[in-house]
Amino acid sequence: MDFISILSIFVLSCFVGYYVVWSVTPALHTPLMSVTNAISSVIVVGALIAAGASGAPGAKWLGLLGVVLASINIFGGFAVTERMLAMYKKKER
Amino acid sequence: MHETIAAPAWVMLAYLIAGVCFILALRGLSSPASSQRGNRLGMLGMTIAVVTTLLVYAPMRSASDCPPGELGLCSEAMSVDWASFGWVIGAIALGAVIGIVTARRIAMTAMPQLVAAFHSLVGLAAVLVGAAAFLNPIAFGIADAAGSIYFNSRLEMGLGVAIGAVTFSGSVIAFLKLNGNMSGKPIMLPGRHVLNFGILFAILALIAYFTQDQSPWIFWTVTGLAFAVGFLLIIPIGGADMPVVISMLNSYSGWAAAAMGFTLQNSAMIITGALVGSSGAILSYIMCRAMNRNFLSVIAGGFGGDAAAAGAEAAIDRPWKRGSAEDAGFLMKQAELVIIVPGYGMAVAQAQHAVRELADLLKEEGVAVKYAIHPVAGRMPGHMNVLLAEANVPYDEVFELEDINSEFARADVAFVIGANDVTNPSAKSDKSSPIYGMPVLDVEKAKTVLFVKRSMGGVGYAGIDNELFYRDNTMMLLGDGKKMAEEIVKSLG
Repeated sequence: MDFISILSIFVLSCFVGYYVVWSVTPALHTPLMSVTNAISSVIVVGALIAAGASGAPGAKWLGLLGVVLASINIFGGFAVTERMLAMYKKKER
Repeated sequence: MHETIAAPAWVMLAYLIAGVCFILALRGLSSPASSQRGNRLGMLGMTIAVVTTLLVYAPMRSASDCPPGELGLCSEAMSVDWASFGWVIGAIALGAVIGIVTARRIAMTAMPQLVAAFHSLVGLAAVLVGAAAFLNPIAFGIADAAGSIYFNSRLEMGLGVAIGAVTFSGSVIAFLKLNGNMSGKPIMLPGRHVLNFGILFAILALIAYFTQDQSPWIFWTVTGLAFAVGFLLIIPIGGADMPVVISMLNSYSGWAAAAMGFTLQNSAMIITGALVGSSGAILSYIMCRAMNRNFLSVIAGGFGGDAAAAGAEAAIDRPWKRGSAEDAGFLMKQAELVIIVPGYGMAVAQAQHAVRELADLLKEEGVAVKYAIHPVAGRMPGHMNVLLAEANVPYDEVFELEDINSEFARADVAFVIGANDVTNPSAKSDKSSPIYGMPVLDVEKAKTVLFVKRSMGGVGYAGIDNELFYRDNTMMLLGDGKKMAEEIVKSLG
């Protein structure tokens, strides 16, 4: 992909983010933070590439450590969000 | 412009689908009813991204693993390196165990710390990915055969690592402050603005130089300076401004992911980074607006220091009324509408369950009960809502400031527990007050205000006295929030 295509994706995503986040109800702002935490760990993709690449051994170890850290975030972030969201209940009756 | 090894179309499509799943995950949070489905979509998107990466970039044996002289005969070359693959899966599994155990065990009152800790991990992971890409650029397809990294990639990598490092060290400080390992008081270094700007400028200058010269020292100096600046930026910010800080770091973690996405030309990372970046920025804006503070003044730090403490000492002599749990119980039982105003103190006292019990008893007596939440009540956006949800308070009884403020006038009792500054009427009338102009809950308009507070001596996080305590219709209930709520429950039963 050339730079302009990537920049286009980025700029449009910023606009999507702006409108989507304003529509989030304030009651769910804490789950919003924990879920954004989880999804920003998509950075694990880069760590996986580094961990799997042959060549520089240093890069491999950095990659593996990155995979561990990002995985803590992914699993922890989604799990804690799920736990919180399960607590929000409507009035019975 | 350079040409990188183009990923197959299906791979690009898979990353795009992952990105769309993440958008839908945030979209789901527009109401509690759709939120769980949203979260599952987020998990699906992450699974797609990880599995795709594992399939495309599975560790391969290279020709160098073959015994010398047998290159052509060696069947192992270009087959999957299962040992390395095992390491990668092991790393994911290790992270999964730590993450899930932490998520299960964490107390809801400790959510702000947990989120800060998670932010620091994203930041550090971004630094590690950037460093790995710097050490092995060919594997990432961002360098020519000689190992010279492309111009754009150097810029993106430098920025990504710098933002990641700031996110990491800043979040570590935020974590220590929120967790109580470090005082919530602002730590003011002399000449810190000059120092911070100097370092920021040096980082940018070095990144610019890095595009011309790929020497390792530049890369590592940028990383080191960025760690330092993250640390320096957060230490002067006081505990009350933590909701802004934590949102800001949320935003940074997103921009770090986006910068890495540019480096790796990965659409899932760019979409996510932009989403998270905007999300954190909007939350910071909402928090600043709720405190009537300018974002820059929050970042400059120092709020809640000793400047305001003097005023509080002088005011204690004024007359105020003290009530007992029985008085409170009696008043609330007679009421038609009781509005409960929780704040950070409720979280500290772990009083949310006792408060819910109190509300249940009142409802049995035919009293209408509502909850009023100020946007900056607590230590992070939405903190109070989570605590009330944990205590089984239905979310349709919980209202935001602008939706409930008009109702205080017809409420018989406003029950304030653990909130202080957000109820201070001087924010509306006293132009000399440090919180003047901040939107506050109009609790004083209720017939009676019951204010739970540990002692008359303490002040809120803004370090100022609260006009509310000395009003004729205010009754102070001195004691621990949880005990007080339990005693009122006893008096009702």
